[in-house]
Amino acid sequence: MMHDGAFSDPARERELFARRLFFGTLATLILSIVLSLRYFDLQISRYEDFATQSNNNRVLVRPLPPPRGLIYDRNGELIADNRPSYDLTIVPEHSDDIDQLLSELGKLIAISERDIQRFRKKLSRRRPFEQTTLHVNLSEAERAILAVNGHRLGGAETSARLIRHYPHRDLYAHAIGYVGRINERESQTIESVKYSGTDSIGKVGLEKFYETQLLGTVGSEQVETNARGRAMRILEQTAALAGDNLTLYLDSDLQRTAFDAFNGERGALVAIEVETGGILAMVSTPSYDPNLFVTGISQKNYDSLLYSNDRPLFDRSIRGQYPPGSTIKPMFGLIALQHNIVTPSYQINDNGYFYFKGIERPWRDHNFARGGHGDGVNLSKAIIESCNIYFYGLGVKTGIDLLSEYGSQFGLGARTGIDMPGERPGIMPNRAWKKGAHGQSWFNGDTINTSIGQGFMLTTPLQLAVMSARIASRGDVRTPRLVKSINGIDQPAPQAAANIDISAKHWDYMHRAMQDVVHSSRGTARSINKGLNYKIAGKTGTAQAISIDAEEKYDSSKLNKNQWDHALFVAFAPVKNPKIAIGLIVENGEHGGSSAAPIARAVFDAYMESQESVTLVTK
Amino acid sequence: MHRNDFVRQLNNPGGDRRPSRVLHIDIPLLLLLLALCGIGLTVLYSASGQSIFYVKRQATFMLVGLVAMLVMAQFKPRFWERGSMLIYIGGLLSLVAVLFFGVGAKGAQRWLDLGFTRFQPSELMKIAVPMMVSAYLSKRYMPPAFKHVFVATMATLLPVFLVAKQPDLGTSLIIFSSGFFAIFLAGLRKRYLVATVLLALAAIPTLWFYVLLDYQKQRVLTLLNPGEDKLGAGWNIIQSTTAIGSGGWSGKGWTQGTQSQLNFLPESHTDFIIAVLAEEFGLIGVLSLLLVYLLLIGRCMVIALQAQTLFSRLVAGTLSLTFFVYIFVNMGMVSGILPVVGAPLPFISYGGSAIVTLFSGFGILMAISTEQKRI
Repeated sequence: MMHDGAFSDPARERELFARRLFFGTLATLILSIVLSLRYFDLQISRYEDFATQSNNNRVLVRPLPPPRGLIYDRNGELIADNRPSYDLTIVPEHSDDIDQLLSELGKLIAISERDIQRFRKKLSRRRPFEQTTLHVNLSEAERAILAVNGHRLGGAETSARLIRHYPHRDLYAHAIGYVGRINERESQTIESVKYSGTDSIGKVGLEKFYETQLLGTVGSEQVETNARGRAMRILEQTAALAGDNLTLYLDSDLQRTAFDAFNGERGALVAIEVETGGILAMVSTPSYDPNLFVTGISQKNYDSLLYSNDRPLFDRSIRGQYPPGSTIKPMFGLIALQHNIVTPSYQINDNGYFYFKGIERPWRDHNFARGGHGDGVNLSKAIIESCNIYFYGLGVKTGIDLLSEYGSQFGLGARTGIDMPGERPGIMPNRAWKKGAHGQSWFNGDTINTSIGQGFMLTTPLQLAVMSARIASRGDVRTPRLVKSINGIDQPAPQAAANIDISAKHWDYMHRAMQDVVHSSRGTARSINKGLNYKIAGKTGTAQAISIDAEEKYDSSKLNKNQWDHALFVAFAPVKNPKIAIGLIVENGEHGGSSAAPIARAVFDAYMESQESVTLVTK
Repeated sequence: MHRNDFVRQLNNPGGDRRPSRVLHIDIPLLLLLLALCGIGLTVLYSASGQSIFYVKRQATFMLVGLVAMLVMAQFKPRFWERGSMLIYIGGLLSLVAVLFFGVGAKGAQRWLDLGFTRFQPSELMKIAVPMMVSAYLSKRYMPPAFKHVFVATMATLLPVFLVAKQPDLGTSLIIFSSGFFAIFLAGLRKRYLVATVLLALAAIPTLWFYVLLDYQKQRVLTLLNPGEDKLGAGWNIIQSTTAIGSGGWSGKGWTQGTQSQLNFLPESHTDFIIAVLAEEFGLIGVLSLLLVYLLLIGRCMVIALQAQTLFSRLVAGTLSLTFFVYIFVNMGMVSGILPVVGAPLPFISYGGSAIVTLFSGFGILMAISTEQKRI
């Protein structure tokens, strides 16, 4: 069935197609002539106009990078600021012979092979007439040499820009972090307009976490150039807006005291202001100088940091995960009290060994050789003398479900949510976790290990401090925070709606027991109570760095120092009205009481002293 | 069998065993494409501020495109005819997917993230639409009945609408032209042709008030009066016409164009690259490039005329006419006689997926040109 005039004769089909294609070709030719005429009109008929216009067209738009926001401690002391740095830059268009210029410069100042390599790489990707950096951070002497020889160094210029500077050097390296050159991967994720004229970006720590606030807003200027592209005159300017200034809860005096108290030992300390959740001090030792990273660290320096046995680049305070040892005993005690699993009057007899039905090998106490803690061990005594046997029984009776549920309320087993990147979550083990991680069911033996903070359990020093602060504040759940205010506007730490559900009398009991850890004659941290005019509550802990066979006795003299036990301490002060809470670890420090507690005491002393002076001033 | 075919068959009784025939390569087409690539890389080096980086990347894209072209050429036109519906439907579905899951930059959603690579369905449609419409119409009588014209038109407008929504006006214009050319070449009756033109004219107010976004309207207004908006949309046109005009007969010399080298010209290495060529090589350069383009289109027209089946003829004719649309839209927009719609200059502008698509289209043309003659 054919419609009107349709046909299926291939010859006529071809003819029709050829005719249509001819029309198409004709249209193509006509439009090509239109285009040619348009270009002829622009390029030939109106050539004079456009040539003049092009000659006068010399306005360039240049970005004005914003100064990065400053970082202050709580007392207004500068922790991160910007300093002018003088760089040697080259505009190849202004030089007759680049290679000769480079060798000329090499004779005057020290230019490394790496500088030249980097320079050549940048040359291949830059825009014309753009300043390309050859060497950063010229010294005063070098600037003088270049200025004197300027006339024969056509194309080379000294240009000033602001670079990040950390006046406290290694003191705040881990908490504040540092900025560094934007790398290939970062350049793909950032908005390039915001970073025009800026070549650095926050790499770790607060500098990274608050990058958006610290960066600022880029400005621009319209510059008139001469025929060779050199800027002659500024026509119009939109000023850059400096980044936001951060004020931290950190206190430089406390930070310095804590840092010095470690005396070069490996470890970490976090101190929290109980009332606000603000971080008063955050130390990870050994540390490094973040200024090295700002303009690009040399391979040699970087290697020495990276391959050092002490791992100075590692932020132990939020990334180091250690077994908490006995430091979690007060928390577990509170849980058992709240759920009536033990009462203050409940006592046991500790002969140094704990047998569990069906398991042949006993768990033992740290002082099993001396026959344990003896008769009449109640919860208070178990805290003060750190009795393991008491807690083995308490743990099994409470059960892992309750321990783990409360453990997370005290901040363990999950990231605390501090305003820093890279925090590790630690482990607060339970049935579901073990099934997922090991594919095995939970055993009572696991609960027994967990009840003295060993086994699967891992915590960061930050988590220990958070736990300590939540005990001190009687269950006030606050997210720890470093930044107190941004541009003067307070940034309060997020706080949970309800406190941890534990009765007041149990808090009283536990605060008292923890006070006796420091202040009683049998307390494991009694060594730090001399000359105290305020009260400290604390709990020591020891965590195995390597596993010791049950039949063997731990003997530090037979081990390398890096196999010695870790020493831990959690504490808060003053006990009546807690202001500051601390969690800390000294790696391979052996005993919490002897090596970790004195560091806390030093920080508490510094804090109380500063509070006294504040009180005097207000009076 | 057609008489001409028979005569050709007589002249060549043993079949053609030349390597170019065995590999399905059309030598004149290949040489012209290589010439364009050479011109493209030369201009790109200057337009990107003498960046070896861009040139290397572009050359890599060109190599990928060449390989894609050779692969496409190995399939018989029959294969493309049968597969065209499937490719079209696949393309349509991925265009819908882009609307919901697309990723993109500068406010436009154009890409699908496949995990290992990113894929731009609108590029696929530049080839799928002409093939599908040609395959559909080649099975009907010529000239096509109203019913078939209607179906073909709808099949074209659907992707055009989806791509315009992304928004990518340049590409939707290309897809629209390819569908229209296929219908036109299939012998669209003159009365429909007139009706289409009238309909298009009537649609202008609707487009203006209901479809075009503010910034798109701005571009049309800018075309009428570029001086009005010196810092915004007019800036590009003022700068590009200045660059073109100051080139004169023979230009300022390679890498010597002050407009482009001093960074006045925006998008100098992508959509506006013809301005760099015009500034540095003058009118002689522009006309030479246009000549190479026209030779290429001419060769494609010859392939279309000699093609064996109606489908092959329609596809070849459509692709070559569409190729000219690219050139006309781009050179027209940069020189200020068309609104700025974001269309690259084929083989010269920097950009990977456009180049691979172009080469793929020419791969199909090579498949058609080297098809074995029917007996």
